Amino acid sequence: MSEAPEMHVRPKIVGARIKRTEDPRLLTGLGAYTDDRQIVRPLHVAFRRSDQSHAKIRLIDSAAARKAPGVVAIFTAVDLSEDVRTLVATSRMKDYHATPIFPLARGKVRYVGEPVVGVIAQSRYQAEDALELIVIDYEPLPVVIDPEQAVRDGAPLLHEEAGTNVLVSREFKRGDIDAVLASAPVRVEGRFRMHRKTPVAIEPRACVAEYDAGRQALTLHSATQVPGIVRDALAAALDIPGHRVRVIAPDVGGGFGGKGSLYPEEIFVCAAARRLRRAVKWTSDRMEDLLANTQGFDEIVDAEIGLDAGGHVLALRADVIGDVGAYSIYPWTAALEPIQVVSFLPGPYRIEHYRGRVQAVATSKAPTGPYRGVGRPTSTFVMERLMDMAAARLSIDPAEIRRRNLIPADELPYKAASGIVWDKSGFHECLQAACNAIGYDAWRARQKTARANGRWIGIGIASYAELTGIGSRISVAPGMPINTGTETASIRIDSTGAITAAFGVASHGQGLETTLAQVVAEHLGARFEDIRVIQGDSAAVAGGTGTYASRSMVLAGGAATLAAQTVRDKILNAASHLLEASVGDLAVQDGKITIVGTDRSISFADVARAVYSEIGKLPQEARGELAATKTYDPVFGTTSSATHIAVVEIDPQTYQIRIDQFVVAEDCGKLVNPLIVDGQVHGGVAQGIGAALYEEVRYDPQGQILTASLVDYLVPSACEIPSIQVTHVESASPTTLGGFRGMGEGGTIGALAAIANAVADALSPLGVDINELPMTPERLFRLIEAAKAETRS
Amino acid sequence: MSGTRDITVTVNGATYPVSVEPRLLLVDFLRHTLGLTGTHVGCEHGVCGACTVLVDGDSARACLMLAIQADGRSIDTVEGLGRIGQMNALQESFHTHHALQCGFCTPGMLMTATDLLQKYPLATDDDIRRGLSGNLCRCTGYEHIVRAVRAVVDKRKAAP
Repeated sequence: MSEAPEMHVRPKIVGARIKRTEDPRLLTGLGAYTDDRQIVRPLHVAFRRSDQSHAKIRLIDSAAARKAPGVVAIFTAVDLSEDVRTLVATSRMKDYHATPIFPLARGKVRYVGEPVVGVIAQSRYQAEDALELIVIDYEPLPVVIDPEQAVRDGAPLLHEEAGTNVLVSREFKRGDIDAVLASAPVRVEGRFRMHRKTPVAIEPRACVAEYDAGRQALTLHSATQVPGIVRDALAAALDIPGHRVRVIAPDVGGGFGGKGSLYPEEIFVCAAARRLRRAVKWTSDRMEDLLANTQGFDEIVDAEIGLDAGGHVLALRADVIGDVGAYSIYPWTAALEPIQVVSFLPGPYRIEHYRGRVQAVATSKAPTGPYRGVGRPTSTFVMERLMDMAAARLSIDPAEIRRRNLIPADELPYKAASGIVWDKSGFHECLQAACNAIGYDAWRARQKTARANGRWIGIGIASYAELTGIGSRISVAPGMPINTGTETASIRIDSTGAITAAFGVASHGQGLETTLAQVVAEHLGARFEDIRVIQGDSAAVAGGTGTYASRSMVLAGGAATLAAQTVRDKILNAASHLLEASVGDLAVQDGKITIVGTDRSISFADVARAVYSEIGKLPQEARGELAATKTYDPVFGTTSSATHIAVVEIDPQTYQIRIDQFVVAEDCGKLVNPLIVDGQVHGGVAQGIGAALYEEVRYDPQGQILTASLVDYLVPSACEIPSIQVTHVESASPTTLGGFRGMGEGGTIGALAAIANAVADALSPLGVDINELPMTPERLFRLIEAAKAETRS
Repeated sequence: MSGTRDITVTVNGATYPVSVEPRLLLVDFLRHTLGLTGTHVGCEHGVCGACTVLVDGDSARACLMLAIQADGRSIDTVEGLGRIGQMNALQESFHTHHALQCGFCTPGMLMTATDLLQKYPLATDDDIRRGLSGNLCRCTGYEHIVRAVRAVVDKRKAAP
């Protein structure tokens, strides 16, 4: 493995395996996460959360709790109704029913874990003590827990004012689906179930609001991916102008989508801090995280494909119920996850006729929100299972059926049946590269021998495409009206010659302080180590949202390129006066401006001093601020794609699934830092493996959550995750500045399907079908036993 | 709930005679009483390992220990490893191999790995994975963490 970039020739900083700027502080215990913040006399919040699934709040008695040691204040929804304007996640979709976002439950509770009362005390221990003294009288309401029952007419309603539990529904249609399916020579169908997940960032959410009563200004430090969105929402909810509300996401300990929405607790600590004129802090414990963090996926998909005798898919039909939980989250809405299942279901395949229908159903569970992959882990699971089922029916090799259906390079850009346009991306190249990397044909031969010896070895392929770096023409969440298609970079060289680059994105593990500095250094002609990146701060640029939806490298990287080029031009202009040479004769590299072909050069610091500090050194027109702010909009976005291949072996005695090899071949365009790209893919695959085999949020029929600890919700450890091989098919995106494509989520999108197909392949001699994830040991046991019983009878 | 106990705890070589509530968790003592916020809290029920410290040289969960149980004992935290500019071999290896992303599990990983490196030969990657299995990382998929620890083991073997 190469380390620092080779320095003997003109270095390319973009593309180098540069070690991360963030690391030294994080490796020495000097990171600054939200809960680490040292504040004078902070107050601490503990929330009394609902232990009821669906109930009317008849009475809250906090009298005894108010007298408990250290308690400063206790607030209910009623107490805060004057302080907070109600927020609603709006949508342009017809048939959408918004649900209000309150800091505390108002009138009734809709899921176990919903915050009902906030206790504020001198210490967290005291706040938690006082929780137990609060008495809440609930009147239980009928449970709304099964999504298939909740969609039916006459089902009890979670939000009476909506008049239905279906918060949004949608149909995508192209061609004559019924006729083509009816006449298709081969049809395969299945009912697929993707169970609910939760992100489990290792840092639980935390937020602390500090109120400056003199300036009437509020600063919120929050473990969030979207400080810009939270700032805008708080300004509206609390009726404070944006320049008096600042939201800072300091070091953030992972997000994966789970920190990508506005949360009631953020509104609560801000309202309480303003009311009490004190800093108010809340740090989630893990149980709160498992109860009330936004969750992910959770769909039931009935789907069918029709093929010709040669294995070419002619038509695809799907009906989806997405269980979105109790509220339509802000700002993404309940449409986010389930509608993307349907819009991405056709995948990277040439499919002419399509009908996808989806209903997003409210149930009394924690709200779903973005979780790594959003919609596409489920759509890829379903489509890739159907592909393998069709391959088996037609006795075509799984790799070959994909070759026959992947959109050929010369047909790109291609408008998929759901309306998504795929730009040029390495669909076939990824499939081939993955097959080469794993030694596909050799594994098939080995599998044949192993099967003859009674061993259960399976090989699973998953190919997918995703839209990343989405620009302003498309909303990252279907129908959501907030623009997520632009990002801004503001670069300046100050009077000491130091370079600062500020962004609206918010890194929470991606290493954006490193990769964005690489892009700035490349285009500014500066040294990488001389650049400081500011991000995760709503005050950094005038408008920005944050980091989500595999967008930051494309959008912020594009903005960085434009701003750096502008600042470079300003440096050249000033330097041409100082060196008495024309701009065309100057070169900029490593923070120095040189007259080409001579040894005459000056540094950025020399130029900065001349521009800002030294009287009379430069004419007025060359003394403009060495700064630029640029906004970039990729308009549509770009297509990332990959093929994952997993090899598993299942123990015929214990049914334990062991992953023997896992290969990813991916095309994320031009790589900025291969070390970081590899890390993102590894992490995404690990979450996909967790989702495929271990992770499941479970509620009982009464709506009580059964997975309220990490003993019950299983996050894979180093023993469950195999070594992961990554191959890059680096085809620069034709549609984005720099050729970057997004790649933060893809690892998760492909891995579930590859594992599901591998397990199904291993068990194909038994005729076992894998159509439900996670494939836990219990589910696998039941499936195999049922198959064996059928064989016997 | 009320009342305090006097204890003397050594943390990273410095001795602290303090008076604490009996129920105060060791991790809260380190973070909020001493201000050593490098030790993180990920689950408060002993599963995730983010709060791992060394107690008299053995790795332990600081969220499952009370501060008073550390009376008379010696605690090592991430702050006691190398500093910026003088990181130790394990920290450097994590940096070189990109063995951290968000960095939240990292202090616990480093302390567990420190313990493992002192006690076990770690002959295979499976040994490393088993040794680290009490520390959850959600970002890295463990691949680069295993490589970082492997590199330290290999360098140690190569040394005379």
